[in-house]
Order: sequence, then C-alpha cells, then structure tokens
Amino acid sequence: MESIGVLMLIPMNTYLEQELQKRYNLFKLWTAPQKPQFIKEHANSIRAVVGNAGAGADAELIEALPRLEIVSSFSVGVDKIDLAKCREKGIRVTNTPDVLTEDVADLAIGLMLAVLRRLCESDRYVRSGKWKKGDYKLTTKFSGKTVGIIGLGRIGMAVAKRAEAFNCPICYYSRTEKSDTKYKYYPSVVELASNCQILVVACPLTEETQHIVNREVMNALGPKGVLINIGRGPHVDEPELVSALVEGRLGGAGLDVYEHEPEVPEELFGLENVVLLPHVGSGTVETRKVMADLVLGNLEAHFLNKPLLTPLV
Amino acid sequence: MATPNHPGNHDHQSKELPQVLVLEPPPIMKLHGDRFLNDFQLLKAWESPLPLDQFLSIHAQSVKALLTPGRYPLTRNILQLLPSLQLVVTTSAGLNHIDLPEFQRRGIAIASAGDVYSEDVADMAVGLLIDVLRKISAADRYVRKGLWDTKAEFPLGSKLCSKRVGIVGLGSIGQEVAKRLQAFGCRIIYTSRNKKPSVSYPYYSNVLELAADSDVLIICCGLTEQTRHMINKYVMLALGKEGVVINIGRGAIIDEKELVQCLVQRELAGAGLDVFENEPHVPRELLTMDNVVLSPHRAVRTPESLTAMCEHVKGNLEAFFSNKPLLSPVMNI
Repeated sequence: MESIGVLMLIPMNTYLEQELQKRYNLFKLWTAPQKPQFIKEHANSIRAVVGNAGAGADAELIEALPRLEIVSSFSVGVDKIDLAKCREKGIRVTNTPDVLTEDVADLAIGLMLAVLRRLCESDRYVRSGKWKKGDYKLTTKFSGKTVGIIGLGRIGMAVAKRAEAFNCPICYYSRTEKSDTKYKYYPSVVELASNCQILVVACPLTEETQHIVNREVMNALGPKGVLINIGRGPHVDEPELVSALVEGRLGGAGLDVYEHEPEVPEELFGLENVVLLPHVGSGTVETRKVMADLVLGNLEAHFLNKPLLTPLV
Repeated sequence: MATPNHPGNHDHQSKELPQVLVLEPPPIMKLHGDRFLNDFQLLKAWESPLPLDQFLSIHAQSVKALLTPGRYPLTRNILQLLPSLQLVVTTSAGLNHIDLPEFQRRGIAIASAGDVYSEDVADMAVGLLIDVLRKISAADRYVRKGLWDTKAEFPLGSKLCSKRVGIVGLGSIGQEVAKRLQAFGCRIIYTSRNKKPSVSYPYYSNVLELAADSDVLIICCGLTEQTRHMINKYVMLALGKEGVVINIGRGAIIDEKELVQCLVQRELAGAGLDVFENEPHVPRELLTMDNVVLSPHRAVRTPESLTAMCEHVKGNLEAFFSNKPLLSPVMNI
C-alpha cells in the first residue's frame, strides 16, 4: 500500500495525516512552494485526493491527476468537489455523513442561545469589570421562539429535535414538502423567514442554493429575527448580511461559515448581536476522529476493491 | 392604618385597597413600574426618609403581605417589626434570603417564583454548557481578534452526545434542564433531597457518588445550610479532569476557592457560571481562562420572564387577599 500516492490538500487533522503517512505515500500540497509544479511532479503516483470543507478536487486538479481514482472528503459538504467531472471520469467520491450530524446540530442550538441570550457579550462584560458598575441588560428568551429550518435533511431534523425540547415550534423550507413530518412547510424561503423568529441554514450548497438567504429573506426575517448559518458561507449574500445587521434590518446572526473563509467581514466585529465561529461545526475531538476513520476506511475499502463505506459517486 | 401623608397613599380610595409592604423594589418594579399592582396599596419603605425600623414600627404594624426581591435578606429582626405579617411574596427563584425556620415558626406563608423562570434559567444552563464544551465564547473572541487562519486549527471541543449529566437538584429548573439535554443525547442522572418517583432518571443519594459517575454537573438546587459548599474539592476531584461544572443556582453552593484551584491545576476541564459567592466580584484567575464562561447573574433577566413574574406576583397577592390558595406556596421547608 505504501506505493499508493495520496494527495492531502490542506492540514485538517493531525491523526488523519499521521495515519495516511503510515499507510500511503502522502503528498502534502500545502507544504509545496509551487503547487502546480508539485502536482505535476507527483501526478503519476497520485491515486487519491483527501480534501475537506475548505478545499476539494475541482476540475483543474482532476485534469492534472490522470491516475486519480478516488476523492475522499473529510466533511459532509462536497461543494468544493466537481462531482460532474468525477462522474464523467469514473472517479469515486466519499464524504462523512451522519457522524457529524449531532455536533453540527448542537452548535446550531448553541449559536441560537449565544445570540439571543448574549452569552459571549455578557462574558466580555464580566471580564472587562463592567459588572461591578451595573447589571447587564435584559436579553430575549429562547424557549418557545419559532425556528425555521432551510433544508430538512439529517442536520435539519437534528436541529428540529433539539429545538422542540425548548418548546420551539418548527417550520421548514425544502425543495419538496416532506410527507412524513409534522412540521409546517413553507414553499419559499421568504415565506419561511416571514413566519419564524430564528432561521437556520441546514441545506447542501449547490448552484440552486447559492445566496438562498438574500436581502429579501433577511428583510422578511426582520429586526427581531436571527439568522443561524451552519451550512456554507455562500448560502448567504454576505455583503447584504453585513448591511442588514449594521442597519438593524436584521436582529442578529450566529455564523459558523463565511463566503471567503477564513476572512470574516470586520464590520461584524463591533456588533454585539452576532456570534462568530471559525467553522467548527464538526469540531470535537470525538467526531473528528470518527470522520478521520471514515476517510481512512473508505480509502482502504477502495484499494482493496471492497464496497465503499460512504460513497457519493 | 394608612395616614394621608403616608408614602404610596395618594388618594382617599386607596385606603380600601389591601396593603402590601415593599422594603426594596424588586427588578420587575424597577423595570415595569408598579402599575401592575394598582389593585393594592403599596407601602414603599425605601421612599421614606425614616430608618427602616422606625418606618415599620409606625406604618407596618397591621401589614399582612410583603413583596420582596431576592437580594433583600428577611431576617428575624425585620420580622419582629411585622407582627401582623401572614404572607411573603418573593420574586426570586431562590429562597436563601428568607429565614425559613423563623417564618415557619411564625406561620407566615411564602409564595415563591414558582416555575415562572424555569425555562429561561434552564436555557441559560444549556447555553453555558454548550458554550463550555464547544468553546463558543472562546472561538468568538478568537475570530474577533483576527486570529483565524486555516493553517492553525482552533482547538477542538468536546461532543455533547452521550455525556453523563449529573443534575444537582431536580426541581422545576432541574427538570427543564434534563428535558432539554435529553434531546442532545445526554444521559441524565441526578441527586435531590428526595427521589422523584415520577422521573426515570437514575437517582443518587449523594452528590459525591453522582459526581463520580458524571461528566458534567449542573447545579440547579437552592442555597441552604445543607447545600452551602456542597460542591467541594472532593466532589470536583470525583468529577475528574474532563469534568465540567455549570452553576445557575447560587455561588455559595460551590466552594469557589476550590473551584478556582481545580481549574488552575487542571483538575477540572471547564466551568460555566452565572452565579458567584461574592457578586459582582469574580475571582480574577477566571477572568483570563478560555475554558470558563462567565455570566453576570442574569439567567432570569429576560423581558418575557419579568413580565410573567408581574402577573405571577399579582396572582399570588389576589389569591391571598381573597382567601384562595396561593399559586406557588412554598411547602416543605
């Protein structure tokens, strides 16, 4: 197995890196001073690519790797992978569904509580000594607020289940209405936003869902509404989001993802009604280990000609 | 009997309204004014230039009902000046400001906050727990400082699912916490003064054994002589190096000095605290720790809870003065 070349695109997990190093001939793209040269140099031995939410096998990379057989993503989202090209060339693609569902849903609720109850802001208040001078102001109750979910897949359902424990009524938008759920369906995101107080983005990023949260949606969500993005940055029109928050047309936001990570619009840094996280949706020790094992398991299965564990293509 | 120049008594008609003594305005009054209590004649002790004992001796001898915030200790000395007192309505979730044995001896009824605040307090407990385990406040600080770049990974947090959550005190608040955390896949165990036959969570008769079997302890009980410093060094060591403590009860339930030591020496993984032993003072060691989340005693401070409390207070006073059962009588002291 050592002669099999595996290209890892960016650092993502030390354990995964070490295991790949042990089992394969690992090429770490981020260490290359000249990336195109590096790829050319090793193209003939690279049979697998390991990417994540931040970096995937796009058309250019796929073309540059004639021996590529499998792309294994350390993520559930595969918007950075050119799936059509992979299908065309018979390249397998795997991701890490299910294992990170709970962590991402937990974080969505954590963001809701942090924004509505101003957890980060009042923590700052205590640390800066302001509590000695007076009480922190009132913050709005979370329990019982209506939660609207864009995308009722695994993650969306897990968010719904948790929010229900807080007596939150649940409504959703999906490409098609789901017959097996009791939650209220809205046929458009604007209608969903008009009828909920907290809007959560939980769908995959595709061409159709780019900027699914736009100015109109944010205005519909309104000055008391809160947007939670645990999907992908491009789901939300980011410049519009910034102006909606700064102008008070949108009540608040909890963001784990951004259009151009790791860049975060600096206008948001001074706002107390936002919580900003560095894309940590699946960021627990436990889950990252399980995700890494899934990547390793998929690669192993492929090179042993066994059925893949979590294939997408 | 009310006199014309009595504070709070401005018109003839108010002589017929039932009197309610208020020593210090509770938060709901500071925020909402006192119009919600228009059906009562409020004797506002703090508005009088007289020292309290004189005021009470002159004006409060026939007062039957007292409305009090949580921060005002109701001591034996004050009670001695209120010979006609039959009811105390408190807006605080906790009862540690009330000399309970003395009230019991005098036969004075106590109307508590009931479960008006329970959802908001439970939300705060869960919010603090997710924040500590997933490092939300620490990550928010990290991003705002401009430290995020994709080469250096922000430290990983810890998963909620399957964590054993030990709830200390399974009253109204504790049960709301349990209900929420179950949806996250946490395993609930608890200790309480008495086992609750209506719940299926495993019961532990003492907090040390509970801690030994828990990954997280959430303090949801009241402060009494028995619970003061109940969470001591041994309990925290039993909880262990990966353990997290969340306190939305009272600061003094935890031995704060020991808590700080355990955190400094990494005998505990983290803490989420809404209450402290000597508020608003917070031990300075905590102010620079990334594995703690600090909140300035505000679990109940939402407009929704405070508005609900206005209605609740009014309801209890109305019940008392019309000889009906109180909405939220404190039973077993």
